[in-house]
Amino acid sequence: MSIEVAVTLTVNGERVSRRVEARRHLVDFLRLDLGLMGSHAGCEHGICGACTVRVDGAIVRGCLVLAAALDGAEVETIEGLSDTGEIRDLQEAFVARNAAQCGYCTPGMLLTAADLLETNPRPTREEIREHLAGNYCRCTGYHAIIDAVETVAKARNGRA
Amino acid sequence: MNEILDPRSVDRPNSYIGKSVPRPNARKLVEGRGQFVDDIVLPRMVHVAFVRSPHAHARILSVDGDEALRVPGVLRMFTGKDLAAHCDPWVAVLAHLKGMKSAPQRPLPLDRATWVGEAVAAVVAESRGVAEDAVAKVAVAYEPLPAVVDMETALAQQTPVIHPDLGDNLCFQRVNESGKVDDAFAAAHKVVEATFHTGRHTGATLEPRSILADYNRASGKLTVHHSTQAPHMMQGVFAKHLRLAEGDVRVICTDVGGSYGIKVHVYPDEVAAAVIARMMGRPVKFIADRLESFSTDIHARDHRIKARMAVDAGGRITAIDVDDLTGIGPYSVYPRTSAVEGNQVVNLVGGPYDFPNYRARTTVVLQNKTPTCQYRAVGHPIATAVTEGLVDLAAEAVGLDPVEFRRRNLMADGTYPRTSPAGMKFEGLSHMASLEKLVGMMDYTGLRAEQERLRAKSIHRGIGFASFIELTNPSPFMYGMGGARISAQDGCTVRIDPDGSVLAATGVTEQGQGTEAIIRQIVAEAVGVPIDQVRVITGDTLTTPYGGGTWACRGAGIGGEAALQSGLAVKEAVLKVAGAMLQVGPGMLDLVNGEIVEKRSGQTRMPLAELARIVYFRGDTLPPDLPRELMQTRHFITKEYPFAFTNGVQASYLEVDIDTGMVTLLKHWCVEDCGRIINPLLVDEQVRGGVVQGIGAALYEECPYSPEGQLLIGSMADYLVPMAAEMPDIEVGHVETPTNESLLGAKGAGEAGTAGAPGAVMNAINDALRPFGAKVFAQPFTPERILVALGKVSA
Repeated sequence: MSIEVAVTLTVNGERVSRRVEARRHLVDFLRLDLGLMGSHAGCEHGICGACTVRVDGAIVRGCLVLAAALDGAEVETIEGLSDTGEIRDLQEAFVARNAAQCGYCTPGMLLTAADLLETNPRPTREEIREHLAGNYCRCTGYHAIIDAVETVAKARNGRA
Repeated sequence: MNEILDPRSVDRPNSYIGKSVPRPNARKLVEGRGQFVDDIVLPRMVHVAFVRSPHAHARILSVDGDEALRVPGVLRMFTGKDLAAHCDPWVAVLAHLKGMKSAPQRPLPLDRATWVGEAVAAVVAESRGVAEDAVAKVAVAYEPLPAVVDMETALAQQTPVIHPDLGDNLCFQRVNESGKVDDAFAAAHKVVEATFHTGRHTGATLEPRSILADYNRASGKLTVHHSTQAPHMMQGVFAKHLRLAEGDVRVICTDVGGSYGIKVHVYPDEVAAAVIARMMGRPVKFIADRLESFSTDIHARDHRIKARMAVDAGGRITAIDVDDLTGIGPYSVYPRTSAVEGNQVVNLVGGPYDFPNYRARTTVVLQNKTPTCQYRAVGHPIATAVTEGLVDLAAEAVGLDPVEFRRRNLMADGTYPRTSPAGMKFEGLSHMASLEKLVGMMDYTGLRAEQERLRAKSIHRGIGFASFIELTNPSPFMYGMGGARISAQDGCTVRIDPDGSVLAATGVTEQGQGTEAIIRQIVAEAVGVPIDQVRVITGDTLTTPYGGGTWACRGAGIGGEAALQSGLAVKEAVLKVAGAMLQVGPGMLDLVNGEIVEKRSGQTRMPLAELARIVYFRGDTLPPDLPRELMQTRHFITKEYPFAFTNGVQASYLEVDIDTGMVTLLKHWCVEDCGRIINPLLVDEQVRGGVVQGIGAALYEECPYSPEGQLLIGSMADYLVPMAAEMPDIEVGHVETPTNESLLGAKGAGEAGTAGAPGAVMNAINDALRPFGAKVFAQPFTPERILVALGKVSA
């Protein structure tokens, strides 16, 4: 049951070394081994997106990635992105537009939104909806989230 | 005496009520720094996982945990008998629902499993993973028993009785009748009828049910971190059934990752976690996984409704007659009971309309499926879909446009107070104003023209309406009267601290809807301080006034009024002290923006912080007999009406692909009247979130069962929920008819969206299908059901 694997990786800019059970998912590794509680387990089947984090610059589902496979990887979570200020504008827009209610989906939603704006800086509302279509939010009905992302996209373009 | 604050006046100093102020607790959530139950880690904490029944109905012959206990890291295994010695069973009935019956239920059953997923044994281990490994090694011997699955035959002679002591599978039955229904149908110009099904579905909260119970053997105190809507109610439940004093139980509810009614019930596995914590004397955590969520979170809305409506030659409704049947699982759910949903249906059908003759029957039966209970908008989406489905059929039968038919039949504005044929008392509603506002917002004439134009190109779009009423601000009429220890009153304590800042503790709770935000707005305005000077505490039975928490849309209307009155009392107390210090009558002074000012000139006399400093640290300088009570508590309960009804109307615009049966939502509108709006930003998003939850029921969500009672969904890959790509933009408008029961005038807003959306979507689909003479009445309206209705595939 408990085959353990040694991994050394970078999480939010800090190097961590741990022995992890081979079966341990990334989201559990972050939460249980590192105490980073901002990534949430929602469906455990890769559908709801609540556990979305960044690995080597790309967003992944923390419940579908094994920690044992991440030796040498660079992992970024909502805590890291908050501390660097990279998504401060998105976070402020979510607060101002009331695009987060219970907040359980929000970290994953923000990482996915940041990913969209990285790859498509001028998305239409439809493109925003499409890109966020793998992140389940039961509270908002999505409209406010789409508004918030659209507002940030426009503001970033205005600055550019 | 200072003037009573009047939220009805517009230009008030430091006014916050009615403004779109962001939520003070949102930043921690967007940074992932909230605290949900599973984020809490305690010393010596252990994890419980449950062995769950694979049978819909089976006798438990034996439970063998030998192999499970050999797994390293496993500590204990518990059966129903083990827990029974430390926990008393509960029976979920309400005395005012006459004749209602249910069987005693325990944290784990003693000898019989009654639905697929019911916990039958518990394993405790040092980690959740190990506990689950061990669960797989527990050997339970079952003797399968015949299961009651189909609610239509639950009462039939040959159907087995689930609880023999009850005599039959009937939980509750009620007929609500007024006028002469049979005469009205006999004399009708037209009669329309249909059989509606509202699919069994569930809340699918993103954060699963979560509990961390910690019992301290030395102090004898049980502390429960719980993802719940009703901390005080749960305090009472744990105390009563674990045989503890209420004062020895503390329930703490920090952030809750979605609730929608799912987290206001007593779940056997959660009680088991608390009992085990007490038995082991250490913290025990239980976090449901997604499969457990689907098979053990309450389901809802499993109804079949046969309904008909009579109309006269002038297109006026003369009678409605409905026969509702619902299957609620093997037990009524504690303590709210599972009869309330059916009871709501017979209270709410026809609610928006002015007609004389009414008959509604509900029959609530037991079956071997997951228990059902109250879920967001309890009964409203069912009653609204039935009513509005009949209304559109009737409009078609008499050749009237659906909007024109509603204009002729909705209760006219300005005719209140009045009582509906179902016996509901309405203080003041605005159906007509809401409808006209909606029609204007959506450019109804333009949409009809577009629909006509596109039909010529074989593009089939539909427009559907749903008027609705929503029950909010409930009195003890709902639960307390029936013997349930569920508080309809709520309280708020407001305290001035030495730095002049304000602390407000309230019994209403935060689930993300913005309770803390509105309490902060109300208190800031009532006391007279800048809003950033107010902190709000919710969700802790040790530190907040006793209250009901979040249910039936009561936070703003009940909790808000308590906060307003409490804040005003504190302001009065402050001005009394200020008057003594400044040697003027308190009536000459006011508290504005954290400063004591002369009322007439507005001139600043003293900061509130200075007054607080004197009161707390130099009380010796004040007159000895001067009261200096800078902390006040007020409670509020509605007294004149059992409920404060709200109203509204929704419209859906969508396209049906008649070759695939796929529905594409194009736009949705909602106009609702929740009385005084405290924060438009929050109210609008409550409405939008509610609408999408209703759309989920209408188009996607269903908990299907096999004929043997097997639940046929296991993950979110099987149970479809609304996602961003399929949802439309939703336009929200308001009419404001404040209640006169409170100074604040607020009613509830959280369930309006869910109440109306399924009916509007159904009517829009049927409007799109009109050229083909096809109609659908069974939710969810899947492509398959639409193609069957179109005759393109067979059922």
